[in-house]
Amino acid sequence: MERAVPTMDAELANRLLSTMWRIRAFEERVAQLKRTMQVHGLIHLSIGGEGVAAGVCGQLRNDDGVYSGHRAHGHAIAKGAPLTGMMAELMGRVDGLCHGLGGSMHVVDREHGMLGATGVVGGNLPMAAGDALAAKLGGTDRITVVFFGDGAVQAGHFHESVNLAALWQLPLIFVCENNGMAEFTSRAEHSPVDSVSDVVAPYGFKRATVEGSDVGAVWTGFGKFLKLARRGGGPFLLECRTHRRAGHYEGDAQEYRDELAEQEWAQRDPLARFQEQALADGLIDEPTAAEIETQARAAVEAAVEGARKSTFPTAELAAELVYAK
Amino acid sequence: MSHEIPYIAAINEAIQLEMERDEDVLYFGQNIATTEDDPFLKAFGSDRVRVTPISETAEIGMAVGAALAGLRPVVELYMAEFMLVAMNQVVNEAPRFRYMSGGRVKVPLVLKAGYGFTAGWAGQHTGSIYSMFTGVPGLKVVLPSTAADAKGLMATAIRDDNPVCYFHHYLLTLEHGDVPDGEYLVPFGQAAVRREGGDVTIVATGFMVGKALAAAEALASEGISAEVIDPRTLVPLDLDTILTSVEKTGRLVLVDQATRYGSASAAIAADVAEHGFSSLKAPIKQVTALDATIPYSEPMEAFLLPDEAKISAAVHQVLGGSPVATA
Repeated sequence: MERAVPTMDAELANRLLSTMWRIRAFEERVAQLKRTMQVHGLIHLSIGGEGVAAGVCGQLRNDDGVYSGHRAHGHAIAKGAPLTGMMAELMGRVDGLCHGLGGSMHVVDREHGMLGATGVVGGNLPMAAGDALAAKLGGTDRITVVFFGDGAVQAGHFHESVNLAALWQLPLIFVCENNGMAEFTSRAEHSPVDSVSDVVAPYGFKRATVEGSDVGAVWTGFGKFLKLARRGGGPFLLECRTHRRAGHYEGDAQEYRDELAEQEWAQRDPLARFQEQALADGLIDEPTAAEIETQARAAVEAAVEGARKSTFPTAELAAELVYAK
Repeated sequence: MSHEIPYIAAINEAIQLEMERDEDVLYFGQNIATTEDDPFLKAFGSDRVRVTPISETAEIGMAVGAALAGLRPVVELYMAEFMLVAMNQVVNEAPRFRYMSGGRVKVPLVLKAGYGFTAGWAGQHTGSIYSMFTGVPGLKVVLPSTAADAKGLMATAIRDDNPVCYFHHYLLTLEHGDVPDGEYLVPFGQAAVRREGGDVTIVATGFMVGKALAAAEALASEGISAEVIDPRTLVPLDLDTILTSVEKTGRLVLVDQATRYGSASAAIAADVAEHGFSSLKAPIKQVTALDATIPYSEPMEAFLLPDEAKISAAVHQVLGGSPVATA
């Protein structure tokens, strides 16, 4: 494990904490709205994974591409997607980022480089490679990041994509959120290889494993690869060991796993962990930390109100959007 | 002005012309550009002409991602069955991405695949599997039957802003035909009336167009006048041309090399039954492959497939002995 040696300052700490609180507040509110069916569809929360989203996306430009999977809220928010557009999308409204036709698993916000999210595990991997190919052929220094879970690594499209990305030296950073759970079963039941970064060893590109609940470690680990990718290097793989606090989907009874002790969760909660560290290091004070949380929750509330003002999409949109004219 | 070239050369001519016209067009697939003398490689370089590993999911998935980023990839798949390896990308990503984004993006992509190689290639290389894709909203499905259409439909496919499954029939590969010089586009959704006639409408696709025309010629000597329509694109389908013809003839025979259940033929029959029932003087007749995997053995292969004799028999059937026929 690579330990965190972040070049952390007050401004960065504030920024990372703000992003993580925006994600956390958004998802806690989504869970509430789901219980009252104001958000009606299939929802996968990323509580416990905010450190990866903030540490990676916080270093990207708008023209850098991100592909995510079914657990995409955090990545989209960290990449800059507006909360009202996100919330309206989850509530199925016409002012959602995708006019309500995509929903939680298929958020697209091209303005901020959120290129898409796919609902089939690993389906995003070759698409991200295609985006990286376009970046390379276009002669730009923009890069592509693809987020996926450890469950995707056992699928064929992972290996096909890694092979082609390595063969064609694409400016692509694979970011694996290894939370040890593939849907409802543990990693040990899926693969004899514990570490995802070991899986790609034969391809010869740089790879690292970091503690995903330590946003500083993610920031540093990803930052090293990003610097190289900007200069034409790639691909890279960053494995982030995380903990999935929520079930696979909202409403999941989670009978398949033991309750994590609250004490252990406190250690693996990227938000609590970073906030305590930042307070202890004097990078932030108590009132500022409280204000960041308050502002995040207020922004989410405003997003809910904004989304409620939007109407539902109407029937003609369905036929209109099937084909590009 | 035109020139006579084989069907396969017409396809390549279209790709070449489009690559000259638009530098965003890429061409990649397995075993292409394997030597430095490859004409595509020489003309366009290894950035735009790429040989890939045997990784259909990565090839097609990468093409989807590149298309979303603004490029126009043409993926060479050789065999339609090879697409089956990558069904998630073909069915679940490429055609759905635009729609799920609320129309924020587009996926201009051509999946070029040969089909129907019923020349002893046995069970896994001979299928006419296009109907697996006609039922997927967001995909377009193209089936050229002549060299000229092979060129014109490929050019249109490359310029289209949607994912297009371009299925070329392997048994037409070396069939020569007159092909217009230079830029030539055949619009999607416009059927071609290959032969005019007043007694019966025969709708045939791909390799079956030639069989239907041969049957029509033989029927003419018996005094039966058959109209032969080639839809050229199954999605979008030019139903109007078919309905107009059926209005005139009152009888419809559908010829499809695919197996019947869930076929394009069955879909067209349903559309005509729904929208053109009052025109019909006899039940619609389908001439399709039997619902079985294509066998290796030559006589068995022939037994399963539609041919001129089966088409003629179907025409005789709709012209007489029908419970609702008046003529």
